[in-house]
Amino acid sequence: MAELLDRIQERALQLDVLLNLHIDLTYRCNERCVHCYLDHNSRDDLNLTDLERVFAQARELGTLFLTLSGGEPMLRRDFMEILELACGSGFAVKLKTNGTMIGDAESSAMRDLGVSEVQISVYSDRAELHDRITKLPGSFERTLRAIRLLRSKNISVAIADPLMKANIEDYPQVRKLAEEVGARFTIDPTITPMINGDTDLSGHRISPSSLRFLYGDPTLVGDPQEFCRPVTPAADLMDYVPCSAGHSAAYINPHGSVTPCVQFPLACGNVRHESLVTIWRQSPVLLDVRSIRLKDLPSCSSCDLIAGCNRCPGLAYMEGNLRGPSSIDCEKSAIRFQRVPSGSLIQISMGPA
Amino acid sequence: MNDPYIARNTRLGTCTLAGEAIIVTPSDSRIYNLNPVATCIWEAADGQSRLTQIVDGRVCAEFDIDRDTALNDALRFVDDFCAKGLLVKAESPFDPGSVAKPFLESSNG
Repeated sequence: MAELLDRIQERALQLDVLLNLHIDLTYRCNERCVHCYLDHNSRDDLNLTDLERVFAQARELGTLFLTLSGGEPMLRRDFMEILELACGSGFAVKLKTNGTMIGDAESSAMRDLGVSEVQISVYSDRAELHDRITKLPGSFERTLRAIRLLRSKNISVAIADPLMKANIEDYPQVRKLAEEVGARFTIDPTITPMINGDTDLSGHRISPSSLRFLYGDPTLVGDPQEFCRPVTPAADLMDYVPCSAGHSAAYINPHGSVTPCVQFPLACGNVRHESLVTIWRQSPVLLDVRSIRLKDLPSCSSCDLIAGCNRCPGLAYMEGNLRGPSSIDCEKSAIRFQRVPSGSLIQISMGPA
Repeated sequence: MNDPYIARNTRLGTCTLAGEAIIVTPSDSRIYNLNPVATCIWEAADGQSRLTQIVDGRVCAEFDIDRDTALNDALRFVDDFCAKGLLVKAESPFDPGSVAKPFLESSNG
């Protein structure tokens, strides 16, 4: 499955087919997660008619994988209509939600409509910590109930565990929880700056020593030595595109603005004023993004870690230069490929009493 | 049912990439990549055409293949995909939307 999917994604990338579309249906949310990068007060979401038009245009462009997210998308009164429309349009629909609004009726509808996967964030196996991060008392119990409900109806669930200083130590227990309920488990140590570029959230980011610990955990990376071995560059590496964003993937925010990725807030057009087809094929901004190859990155092209680096062009853009490095990813690569002194997750300071 | 009317299960994720159909099944998240001949049958499976009509009118017209071989391969493909819940077949024309079923209940694959 993974190999076939990789081949399909690679082909879409080569042909600039918009295989993967991510739409945030609203920025409103019933949680207030400490690390969230969104402005929850924003309104004026795309309506059902707008979305119906966008879905048809996405189908014309060859979209297969549609991710519906937010904010909390289920806060929309017309959410089930949107979901039915999306699933009936021929997309493989993935839903990102906190699960707190999923009951028996909603989970049955998701099964009947054929939702491919529901992704739900769980921050800890400890209700107290999870609720402290979401700032919604009782959210852990509601989220866990939703996960069990979905699994009881054989719906695929992915438990995402965004790692921060506050919850870094709990991921083995969250993974165990995922195994118990039959959910896929993913972690993400990236804390994204606020959507307006504000980096106040960076204080939540895990420390380099914690990251090093994660890269050494065989349950996460397989063989750590293999995972951390510098990658031999392919002969034509410099002709590679930096990322699928803008090539086979795009994002639409609740107000209709199209960007290459949710993490890449470079406006390329708005589906309220133009067809997604026109934006995808003709936007000068997207065409510029699409023209970039690794050789066009002044700093990164001369870095000896480039072959194994997962540089995010969106984070680079938010740092000020679309063609520049992303310092978060520079740090990750330096740690992964052991270009910094080794250390341990457990740090003990000693001194006179 | 040697010459059924066939239709795609409308509760699937599908697209055509570089002339080849891709199908994603929910829940088990299996992915199928059809070759151009299978794609031809898949795209024509709208509940309004018999399999022989699709083989004669589409497959044999578009590909250099003899009819018997094409029909035998098409029958095997249809049986396999019906068993997996990806295709639905009937003895008379039908609207695929009217028989759309949750994939989880229609599949035995």
